[in-house]
Amino acid sequence: MVYSPRMSISHTLLGLLESGPRHGYDLKRTFDQRFGHDRQLHYGQVYSTMSRLLKNGLVEVDGIEAGGGPERKRYAITDAGVTDVEQWLASPEKPEPYLQSVLYTKVVLALLTGRDAAELLDTQRAEHLRLMRELTRRKKDGDLADQLVCDHALFHLEADLRWLETAAARLDRLANVVRG
Amino acid sequence: MTASTSALLTASGLHKTYGSTPALAGADFVIHPGEVVAVMGPSGSGKSTLLHCLAGIVPPDSGTVHYRGKELSALSDARRSALRRADFGFVFQFGQLVPELTCTENVALPLRLVGVGRKEAESRATRWLERLEIDDVRHHRPGQMSGGQGQRVAIARALVGAPSVIFADEPTGALDSLNGERVMGLLTDAARETRAAVVLVTHESRVAAYSDREVIVRDGRARDMAGAV
Ligand SMILES: Nc1ncnc2c1ncn2[C@@H]1O[C@H](COP(=O)(O)OP(=O)(O)OP(=O)(O)O)[C@@H](O)[C@H]1O
Ligand SMILES: [Mg+2]
Repeated sequence: MVYSPRMSISHTLLGLLESGPRHGYDLKRTFDQRFGHDRQLHYGQVYSTMSRLLKNGLVEVDGIEAGGGPERKRYAITDAGVTDVEQWLASPEKPEPYLQSVLYTKVVLALLTGRDAAELLDTQRAEHLRLMRELTRRKKDGDLADQLVCDHALFHLEADLRWLETAAARLDRLANVVRG
Repeated sequence: MTASTSALLTASGLHKTYGSTPALAGADFVIHPGEVVAVMGPSGSGKSTLLHCLAGIVPPDSGTVHYRGKELSALSDARRSALRRADFGFVFQFGQLVPELTCTENVALPLRLVGVGRKEAESRATRWLERLEIDDVRHHRPGQMSGGQGQRVAIARALVGAPSVIFADEPTGALDSLNGERVMGLLTDAARETRAAVVLVTHESRVAAYSDREVIVRDGRARDMAGAV
């Protein structure tokens, strides 16, 4: 399965419908609350996604409120939709070999240009920690969904730093060897 | 940062050499009341040595440490130990509980050492064990607990005397990430309630994220990263 952000939005919206039928505006609001910390959905994205899901038979229109307009439609998930969510949840995401390609580029450049990798590491760590403190505070005040979202970000940031630390230590050792 | 007059603990130009190994080579450090400062840096860079010098456990070869305006090295050994018992709390990197004592007795120990009666000391110890969610092992001795439980007992012991400065060297080292996090939450909440300062040595960035700022120790020198970004 090829990963695309749009695909994950449609699966996420489908998943939200599993607990019961919802209107488009309700879907957007719930998505933003649960997953929209750094990317809120546009209404247009919701409606284009829902019409594609309708066409593929993964959702159906469950009711239309008086007043007309696309935002009045209430959507319900179909059996095929539930199966689709199930499959998506069961298949692993493609791991990204160079998670932070910019950091990688910087460290390699530091090596190539004989710069201090420790300096790069300390500066990057300070920047990472600033965000990690914010996430830690947000997690403390948040509900379970906030905690899970923040943990995910925190573990990724930590992994970046650990990789940088190891890279910096390797580079310093290498530099010592080169300098004799 | 606030003016240096409000600093609780200040170190300047600390040098310490073990044999031919330089552990500290001109380290500076400052911490204010209520502040949580993470001390990070590679293994062997001098973090524990810095903490031991700040706490008056190890005398530096040169350089000074001032606590509330008093220079630690100018105090007699007896006055320095009395100060440590009354004002400092410790969570050490390596084994620190008294093996012959139960959890409750271990946690009560710092209070007993400053003259609090047994009953009062043990009831305060029990409250901390409850708060750290380990009161179920309060009658166990250190040999009868998991490493993580032992670490929580050590943290309860560091907090029980309401110290002004808590020195914690890898306090979450023996805990999995969820427990490490809960302990960090409890430790920093307790410190903020009592305006205690925390010197927190850690190599884990998720643990350091509970601090207000970080200091990086590298080759025996400490670099304050506040304002570096
Ligand atoms: N009591 C001692 N006797 C001899 N050498 C020591 C002693 N304590 C520390 N050292 C040395 O001083 C240097 C700094 O040690 P220190 O324990 O402060 O490092 P650290 O940053 O705490 O490392 P770690 O992250 O591994 O705990 C090391 O080279 C260490 O071997
Ligand atoms: Mg150490």
